[in-house]
Amino acid sequence: MLIIDTLLIGLSSGAIYALMALALVLVWRSTRVVNFAQAGQAILSTYVGYEVMNRTHSYWISVPVAIIAGAVVAAAVDAILMRALAKRSHSGTVSEMAPVIATLGLLGLIRSVTGLIWGNAYLQYTSPASGKGYLIGKHTIPFSPQNLIIVVGALIVMAIFAVVFKFTNLGLALRAASFQPEISRLAGIRVDRIRTIGWAFAGAAGAVAGALVTPTSYLSPNSLDLLLVSGFVAAVIGGLDSLIGAVLGGLILGVAFAFILQYVGTSVTFSAAFLILMVVLFIRPRGILGSRVGRRDA
Amino acid sequence: MNGLHVENLSISHGAIRAVKDLSFSVVPGQLAAVIGSNGAGKTTLLRGLSGLIPSQSGQASWNGISLLGRKPEDLVRSGVVHVSEGKSVIPELNVKENLALGGIWRKDKGDVENATQEVFELFPRLQERITQPADTLSGGERQMLAIGRALISRPQLLLLDEPSLGLAPLIIEQIFDAINQLRHRLGLTVVLVEQNAMSALKIADIGIIINVGSLIASGPSQDLLSDSNLRAAYLGY
Repeated sequence: MLIIDTLLIGLSSGAIYALMALALVLVWRSTRVVNFAQAGQAILSTYVGYEVMNRTHSYWISVPVAIIAGAVVAAAVDAILMRALAKRSHSGTVSEMAPVIATLGLLGLIRSVTGLIWGNAYLQYTSPASGKGYLIGKHTIPFSPQNLIIVVGALIVMAIFAVVFKFTNLGLALRAASFQPEISRLAGIRVDRIRTIGWAFAGAAGAVAGALVTPTSYLSPNSLDLLLVSGFVAAVIGGLDSLIGAVLGGLILGVAFAFILQYVGTSVTFSAAFLILMVVLFIRPRGILGSRVGRRDA
Repeated sequence: MNGLHVENLSISHGAIRAVKDLSFSVVPGQLAAVIGSNGAGKTTLLRGLSGLIPSQSGQASWNGISLLGRKPEDLVRSGVVHVSEGKSVIPELNVKENLALGGIWRKDKGDVENATQEVFELFPRLQERITQPADTLSGGERQMLAIGRALISRPQLLLLDEPSLGLAPLIIEQIFDAINQLRHRLGLTVVLVEQNAMSALKIADIGIIINVGSLIASGPSQDLLSDSNLRAAYLGY
């Protein structure tokens, strides 16, 4: 029973890591930027959700608003900040590093701004679902209605992404633009616009992660920082440019964490993330689903 | 001002002025072969004409519309389609998806379907391999796919960069034959950049010979082929 309990805990946290990993992978694929600001963007959208919740008293209204806010903020980051940086630098190490450093700066900026507006207190953003585990026979399992919402919510996001990417023209354009931007432009695809849409999808996924996970703890300007680390590790485990890899990476990390917590102890979780990352990279340097094909820049 | 007009065009490739003060014209429906050795500036010329890189000076227009200072994705919508060097396909996508890219932005979906059928008639191999990822195709098939994708955008002016590169002689013949068929059937204007001077001039109406970015000679391809000085110096046979 303990093993199943631990798996259930891992499934729920893994779903959140997977969402964060999806957000990071989408941005990496579309612009080759590791977006450290993702944690900040998710916090911002979650604060928006919190405000909507305070006014409407409905979690179910606040979540979609938070998702839209996350998408809009992400699209703005790309259209305003990333595009300007790309225009100013053309080639070389600086042009590759500048956007990444800019996302770090943005993370700091969003944190201070949210701190100024909402303060640094731990706020409660609660979901109507109970955090008490389901009772099966006489055994209370460590899986509550809240966890169910997390897993189902993550599944819905993944299903939507899968359909969009696999079966729509927008998805085809998103994939083409991330694989070969120059050839895509020659085929008539407005790559800049498509990249911004990729960022918006990422922002939405991050916002879902924030809105689903925050009710299990609290909201503060840096309450999602650890999630950024887990999301990043999950994304790298999955190969950094595979959406399915991101989901698998998230689940693997979630389950691994749950077992380490259960059988080793809480003190090692943070270092365990990096240990898992290194083991995966030693065994499969490309990550479990990293691409084989080399890519050209444009 | 119908057709392609290039006047005193200069384009840099990095620190090098790869195209220098180049002028030529192509009448609608003509196939122009741009001939020159490696590093002659042929690829830079096409990249400039399709909006991938900026030009430094001069003019270039297609049917009166300036080609300079516009984005490739906009030029595609004006009928100017560039098939870039080295099998311009997306290896991670399958044949069907690669073809679909050329028509994704077009409003007339019925005509996208017609164009796709035409591509399959021209290159039946593509239909046989429709679900295969492009990176499993042979070099010749990839070139067919690249040209096929361009055709689905319904080009008026097709810019082809070295379609023969790295292909076996028999396949080159097939590709050139297809290009020749295309322009007769669809009335396309084609600028064909080639190192393979002989094959290109054979199907071309006019030839434009360039060397280190400058125009050496231009004129009807038969005249160029029969000029013994040019043959010895630039056509390499």
